[in-house]
Amino acid sequence: MSGGATGLSRRGVLRGSAALGLALVVPLGRASGAKAATLTANAFLSVTAEGAALALPKTEMGQGVFTTLAMLVAEELGLAPAQVAVTIPEGDSARFAPIDQGTGGSSSVRELYKPLRQAAANARAALVGAAARQWGIPPERCDLVGGVVIETKGGRRLPVGDLLAAASAAPLPKDAPLRPSSALRVIGKPTRRLDSLAKVTGETVYGIDVRLPGMKVAMLAQCPMFGGTLATFDEKAARTTPGVVQLVKGSDVLFVVAETYWAAMQGYIAANPQWSAPKGPADHAHILAGLDEALAKPGFEAKSTGDVAAAKARAARPFSATYRQPFLAHAPMEPGSCTAHVTPEGCTIWAGSQVPAQARDDAAKALGLPADKVTFHNCQMGGGFGRRLETDMVVRAVELARQVPYPIKLMWSREEDMKHDMYRPAYADQITAALDAGGKPIGWEHRIAGSSIMARLLGQGFTGVDADAIEGAVAIPYALDAHRVTFQQAESAVPTSWWRGVGGLRSAFVVESFIDELAHAAGQDPLAYRLSLVTDARIRAVLERAGREAGWGKPLPAGLGRGIAVLQLWGTVIALVLEARVADGAITVPRATVAVDCGLAINPLGVAAQVESGVIFGLSAALHGEVTIKGGRVEQSNYHDYRILRLNEAPAIATHIVESAADPGGMGEPPCAVVAPALANAVFAASGKRLRTLPLAMALERVS
Amino acid sequence: MSYSLTVNGKQVTVDAGAIDMPLLWVLRDVIGLTGTKFGCGAGLCGACSVLMGGERFFSCQAPARAFIGQPVTTIEGLRDDPLGKRLQDAWVEADVVQCGYCQPGQLIAAAALLKANPAPDDEAIEAGMSGNLCRCGTYPRIRKAVKLAAAGGKA
Ligand code: FES
Ligand code: FES
Repeated sequence: MSGGATGLSRRGVLRGSAALGLALVVPLGRASGAKAATLTANAFLSVTAEGAALALPKTEMGQGVFTTLAMLVAEELGLAPAQVAVTIPEGDSARFAPIDQGTGGSSSVRELYKPLRQAAANARAALVGAAARQWGIPPERCDLVGGVVIETKGGRRLPVGDLLAAASAAPLPKDAPLRPSSALRVIGKPTRRLDSLAKVTGETVYGIDVRLPGMKVAMLAQCPMFGGTLATFDEKAARTTPGVVQLVKGSDVLFVVAETYWAAMQGYIAANPQWSAPKGPADHAHILAGLDEALAKPGFEAKSTGDVAAAKARAARPFSATYRQPFLAHAPMEPGSCTAHVTPEGCTIWAGSQVPAQARDDAAKALGLPADKVTFHNCQMGGGFGRRLETDMVVRAVELARQVPYPIKLMWSREEDMKHDMYRPAYADQITAALDAGGKPIGWEHRIAGSSIMARLLGQGFTGVDADAIEGAVAIPYALDAHRVTFQQAESAVPTSWWRGVGGLRSAFVVESFIDELAHAAGQDPLAYRLSLVTDARIRAVLERAGREAGWGKPLPAGLGRGIAVLQLWGTVIALVLEARVADGAITVPRATVAVDCGLAINPLGVAAQVESGVIFGLSAALHGEVTIKGGRVEQSNYHDYRILRLNEAPAIATHIVESAADPGGMGEPPCAVVAPALANAVFAASGKRLRTLPLAMALERVS
Repeated sequence: MSYSLTVNGKQVTVDAGAIDMPLLWVLRDVIGLTGTKFGCGAGLCGACSVLMGGERFFSCQAPARAFIGQPVTTIEGLRDDPLGKRLQDAWVEADVVQCGYCQPGQLIAAAALLKANPAPDDEAIEAGMSGNLCRCGTYPRIRKAVKLAAAGGKA
């Protein structure tokens, strides 16, 4: 793994770049006076004598873009993926425009597949062109393989190092042809991750691991009641705690600065801060009642095709069900942290962010500085899942850093991380279907109520349909004559944000639970019923494949049941069959079978990793995930009361990739989104109990 | 007054003010060994796992003082142990990691498991590895990697 012809190993590159987020220049042993050291393909890709250097335009949080994106470059440049030296660059919107460094929405590969291949293909054309000119032959008779341009029907060879200067001097080709699908040797080949060794040896530096000379460590306590303020605290007791350096207070926050995290924690306990509650009720029952109220309102129309009222009028019978989903925390393994140093010259920040450019801008705004006075070194993240699409950690850190003379690492305790997350919204959904005599839906009305994340992002005055919330509800896998979808915003004191899928995740649970209910109501097999309503060939293919691989229809022992769910979103079509056992009031999940058409699967090993990850992440949420509010405070605090699956609870997972000629689809969110409905449907098959409220473990308790 | 700890075969000095902190924070904030991770601070996640002798301990749950006179191995020292190297290589081979944040703790737990039981069956792997959380859901590949390492790893 520590390959590369340079003296600098891949591990060295990873360590060096991650350590302080510095852009690392790969030394070129062979570069001499007149030779150009690199051929610049674009603002983030360059070719060197030893390989290529890629500054990741999207960032790595575990999803594997470090490797997938290196593969795209390697393909076009005739390299092995390990010869692409990958670094995580600073937040800088100008450098990467029009690509947004923001990493979310299962977008990395979808957004970069073409531009990145094109940039690498252009560089290849430049090098091949330089060699062809030197040899006086047409470029079509040359290829670039393993760092050497070769004459394909002749023996001549020129190493890339000897061509960089000439290639750089000529205008860079713009629309060079990509390698044809028939010639791909890297794309589509199962490829192990390039960042593994650094991660298994403990060398990878995450945001939380940053250490600077003279740095102090702080922890923060934010008002546990959303919208409340800091009232009093015992400054003297805290100040006299060994290791504590100073306390800094804000209107709704107390920072305790110390030599170590542990000392800061002791100082916090001694400070014993007291808080003033905001006005107004903020209990869970009140929030849920608000959702029900919103659900009863007319709602803003997101879609209306056909005549739902007429369909209802001529229906053999109506069928209606209401589903409820809770607030969810992200709970990534790495708790929040951010290191910042404010000096008279500006501010330098180190943290792991899914939005490094936004983080830099938000920090600049908080400091009243122009953006070019702020440097944001992005780090590897111990999980993102949408939590690090928010910049509150960064803004809190600069709020403190501007008031102290030294570099400061601001740490969130796990409890702080849990109680001051930005939560996946809670929702209530209702679908009413008009059924024909055969039990098929002829009309379908779906009402959605919940917090609007878009409204928060768009600012005051926004009203109407949240475009994200309705994803997966307006386009569903089933043919309907009449289809209406409405959205009604319902806010509470609880701050909401992105999670591993938001609208699509919520919709999948509702739509795929409901269609299952319709199948059973019609006395039909849930898979056969779905297939009878599906018109899209890709959806049909994944349903059939998942069913076949899972042994759909084969008898299972008593207490076990199979459930299925399908989703087409984020450029991907995915079907999941889960086996669930319901016994002694508990749900266990021995087996998961996935069929996925994600378009061209660039790294099948990475696709399978995302499936496994999404299924387990989705199961944690579907079974146990729930954030509740009492007295204005989040009740959960750590992994004992916000449970995530352990190894002994994780199912065996089989991933079947359906061959596809479509462009690559997203894989971060789809596998997670199909879990809750597949599980609810499996629980019904196993026990006859239809659970319409997540999380299912608690819902089962209530009906048992 | 200062104390001496043996971490990855090296003597390190810890002063009186720090010796009663949990070992996790001595490692991370005093000695500067940041490979051992903070996940929960409550003995729930295993990210902070270290080896003492051949056994796994949650370093967030025990003061550094408890480790005086005992050899402590952290993730940074695991590669010096043939079993540790075999495990790390198996992890790479089985393509386990995602974000990677939990993996130092997972590897320490796996090392303790294999030291006590060189050929664990599924049940023993579950018992040995269920004290470590992975939010990225790498469990299926962890199972595979433990078996791979137990079988001797890659040729
Ligand atoms: S940090 Fe020690 S068990 Fe989680
Ligand atoms: S790999 Fe991310 S938490 Fe385990």
